[in-house]
Amino acid sequence: MFTYTLRRLAFAVPTVLVISLIVFLMLDMAPGDPTGSLPLTIPLEVREQIRAALGLGDPVLIRYFKWLHMMVIIEPSHMLANATGWNIAVDGPRILSWQTRSPVGDIIVQRIPQTLWVVGLGYVFGILIAVPIGVISAYKQYSWFDQAGTFVSMVGFSVPTFFTGVVFILIFSVWLGWFPSMYDTTHRVRDWDSFLFQVRQIAMPVAVLALFNASQISRFMRASMLDNLNQDYVRTARAKGMMEKTVLLVHVLRNSMIPVVTVIAIGIPTVFTGAIITEQIFRVNGLGDALIRAIYVSDWPMVQTITFIFAILIVLFNLIADVLYGILDPRIRYD
Amino acid sequence: MTDAAPATAAEDVHDLRPPRNQWWDVWDQFKTHKGAMGGMFVFISILLFVFAGPWIWQVDPGLIDIRSRNQGSSWAHPMGTDQLGRDLLARMMYGGRISVAVGLAAMLLGLVLGTLIGVLAGYFKLMDGPLMRVTDLFLALPLLPLLLILVTLFRDPLEGAFGQAAGVFTLIVVAIAITSWMQTARIVRGDVLALKEREFVLAARSIGTPARRINTRHILPNVMSPIMVSATLGIASAIITESALSFLGLGFPPDFPTWGRILYDGRDWIEQYPARVVWPGVLISLTVLSVNFIGDGLRDALDPRIRGR
Repeated sequence: MFTYTLRRLAFAVPTVLVISLIVFLMLDMAPGDPTGSLPLTIPLEVREQIRAALGLGDPVLIRYFKWLHMMVIIEPSHMLANATGWNIAVDGPRILSWQTRSPVGDIIVQRIPQTLWVVGLGYVFGILIAVPIGVISAYKQYSWFDQAGTFVSMVGFSVPTFFTGVVFILIFSVWLGWFPSMYDTTHRVRDWDSFLFQVRQIAMPVAVLALFNASQISRFMRASMLDNLNQDYVRTARAKGMMEKTVLLVHVLRNSMIPVVTVIAIGIPTVFTGAIITEQIFRVNGLGDALIRAIYVSDWPMVQTITFIFAILIVLFNLIADVLYGILDPRIRYD
Repeated sequence: MTDAAPATAAEDVHDLRPPRNQWWDVWDQFKTHKGAMGGMFVFISILLFVFAGPWIWQVDPGLIDIRSRNQGSSWAHPMGTDQLGRDLLARMMYGGRISVAVGLAAMLLGLVLGTLIGVLAGYFKLMDGPLMRVTDLFLALPLLPLLLILVTLFRDPLEGAFGQAAGVFTLIVVAIAITSWMQTARIVRGDVLALKEREFVLAARSIGTPARRINTRHILPNVMSPIMVSATLGIASAIITESALSFLGLGFPPDFPTWGRILYDGRDWIEQYPARVVWPGVLISLTVLSVNFIGDGLRDALDPRIRGR
């Protein structure tokens, strides 16, 4: 198991490096210039000095390694120092956002909690809905429940989230007036009433994401259960005279969860990037919203950082999925 | 005596029906899938609506008639008008043309790219390692953010080179294609790896068929089924991606109505005129849903284990 994990890790590190190079080079070619917005009254030689101070004259590779150093050492150390209060921040130049002139890391730390709450709850609820639906659909294959469930999940992942979101706003906030259509991030939970308001404002984005995730996961769950239900060990368990409940929920469910757990792990980063759209609909100012705004105003350092974070999340969760699969299913470890 | 036996054999051959193309079997199986037939019906209706519709409903989608703005549905404007008095039905038809065209073109390009890489990786051992590493790398990229960046970065140069409409169209099609070929490449590679060990490929090689001919005549026809299934899924995801780009304001410019763009424009008026977001949303969803159902039916029809049961 240890060598298996090491082998996976050995693939992950070069992948991250290559992705970081791609992200850096792509935005390095971007038009726009950090000195472009400075007043025209600044003389040319001063402008050149400013450019040199920003390191814009260096060769591409040197700028890449400087950027990588800032990205993987300096910024995370500052984020950790801010979060924990320890004095571990590494000195050095930080990545500055061109729109706010403040370090990118600080803005990202402010944005992460909203995204985590909305996306995380959406994913958790999605899983909680999907697993029972998948189990029942597979156990009663071709019943009316299965037919309805398959159809709903097909609709659920065919209808894009930006339309479900808009329909939810239309029904629940315009016509019924139950939930606010915009997410108020300045809202603080202090007492029962403010907690209720928080629940109401988070309900719609979470519901949109949960619906979409549930429809995808329930299809996997159903297929995986169907694969296992015809296996010999299920007949053995029944022949031993076990209760149907034990056979289904202990024997079949546990084995069926193996591929589903890895699918869930691989899906987490996709949910982050997919939530960009949900955040735009409900005006949640999370990470995705920061990315879109940065793209609108060509704030390339911000765009680079957030894209790189998404890339790291993808590689990390692929790694987690591989290792999880190795733990859950010893057959694939090949050791 | 000796003549009789061949004669009866020849008669037997005449009794047999002419050989049937295997695609008729696929079609027979496809017809039994209710969802797929429904999806096919809806998809063809939508195609007729967007491609033949403008011949019947001859209203200019860009015609601004500020006096009749924000109207509900009437005989003059069956879907109403927008804030500039442009007829929504005509805009939906022209928008659908662009959306469907982007979906088809991006799917085709992605499919060609994926098949090419899959065949090269599967057939030529030397290229397998590098090409599959590239595929893994692309699978690890954050695709939606990269798409957004690609579209922002290359919009101006391409608009300068091809003109506004063609430039944005090329950009979006290419951007979607290069972020969506990986699944096809993986599936095709797997199938090619298995196929190239089969006897008919060995026979072809033993009579000196060049690799290019073996691939086009013997291997490609045999990987058609997974390619067709991923084609349907490709159309669906390309249409969703294009509308998502337009919805984020990074797709087509406002004077080119696409379904996503109309939805994006209508979102500001959702409280007063909800129809403006419902129509494009329903059409996008119906298109994607019907294509997905067709894909489901196709997958069942192309699976020889299910066929004939």
